[in-house]
Amino acid sequence: MNKVRTCLVVDDSRVMRKVAIRIVEQLNFEGVEAGDGLEALTYCRAAMPDAILLDWAMPVMDGMEFLRQLRAEPNGDKPVVVFCSAESRPERIRLAVDHGAAEYIMKPFDGDIIASKFEAVGLI
Amino acid sequence: MTPADLEFVAELVRRHAGVVIRADKAFFIETRLGPVARREKAPGVTALLDQLRRVPDPVLTRAVVEATLMQETSFFRDRAVFEQIGKVILPDLRARRGAAPLRILSAGCATGQEAYSLAMLATDLAAPAAVEIVAVDFGSFPLEKARTGLFTHFEAQRGLPIRRLLAHFDKIDENWRIRPDLRQMIRWEELNLLDDLSGLGRFDLVLCRYVLSSLTPEAHARVLDSLDAACRPDGVLVVGAAETPALSAAFSPGGTRGVWRRNPAFAHEPARTQA
Repeated sequence: MNKVRTCLVVDDSRVMRKVAIRIVEQLNFEGVEAGDGLEALTYCRAAMPDAILLDWAMPVMDGMEFLRQLRAEPNGDKPVVVFCSAESRPERIRLAVDHGAAEYIMKPFDGDIIASKFEAVGLI
Repeated sequence: MTPADLEFVAELVRRHAGVVIRADKAFFIETRLGPVARREKAPGVTALLDQLRRVPDPVLTRAVVEATLMQETSFFRDRAVFEQIGKVILPDLRARRGAAPLRILSAGCATGQEAYSLAMLATDLAAPAAVEIVAVDFGSFPLEKARTGLFTHFEAQRGLPIRRLLAHFDKIDENWRIRPDLRQMIRWEELNLLDDLSGLGRFDLVLCRYVLSSLTPEAHARVLDSLDAACRPDGVLVVGAAETPALSAAFSPGGTRGVWRRNPAFAHEPARTQA
């Protein structure tokens, strides 16, 4: 099975999306992007990605609300969701993990951190 | 830094730590020695080394060797190895040893991520209190950092699953500090691996990763002897996953790359059996 896997990068910062996409492409994912939770949900309804790198605080629909709605979609349990947010309070991180995030990256991050987190959840 | 400077540093490191510095490491050594030069108020690395050539001050020599040897490391480095340690090796040793405390050696522990990763795995066991980890390193600076259990935002994210971070660390400003119950499982010792290690006693599990492959043949043989002696007759030795040390016939591959099991049929050297 040689199908290229997709990673959806959801972040309201265009610069952040660009940085993250370059990193996931180095990890052999096809990088696609969305600027908020609603855009991401629309993308997922059309084509479920294999992985989602998800910001928390975003306009229109935040990461947590997106995750809740994603899991209610058909096949919405399939994508491995890794939060990537500036939120670093332990109790808030725990909330994201309890809601089904496989891993959590605190901003700022680098390529090594994304690679090590993707490895931890079996994406690479 | 001139080629002569590089050769001078390489010789110091070879003499004091038995470590071979490759020629392509020049840039990296200059970066490492920069902070030492600043601390010594020398105008640069070359000036620092000139000073050391004129006066072979043992304290400064040590600082230079230590800075050159400083290792980058991360939590759960070589994930598969830690997977095996946590799921197979530790439970198996625990079952074999009964109530006796399990002893683990982290040889060349640098800033402590390996030792703390082991401590985290030990908390998964039924009786984590009965695990004693001894972590040794040549460098006093990395050990000082290891002892504090304080890791930066970046360090705390390298290799460390988020659930482990939440379970075992407290957030202190922008850093993360490993909890006291884990810190208490580890004893830190400043020790050159070329020195006599027999005072540390014997261990059920010995880790010495990414150290052996950088040693001169003599140092390599000497450290391997010490590690064998530090290993209980039926213990386990773990080296770097990519390393191929010249191990004696007492060790056979034990699963994941880098893991070696000691065969108790091989007696230890007579001089070293009184552990």
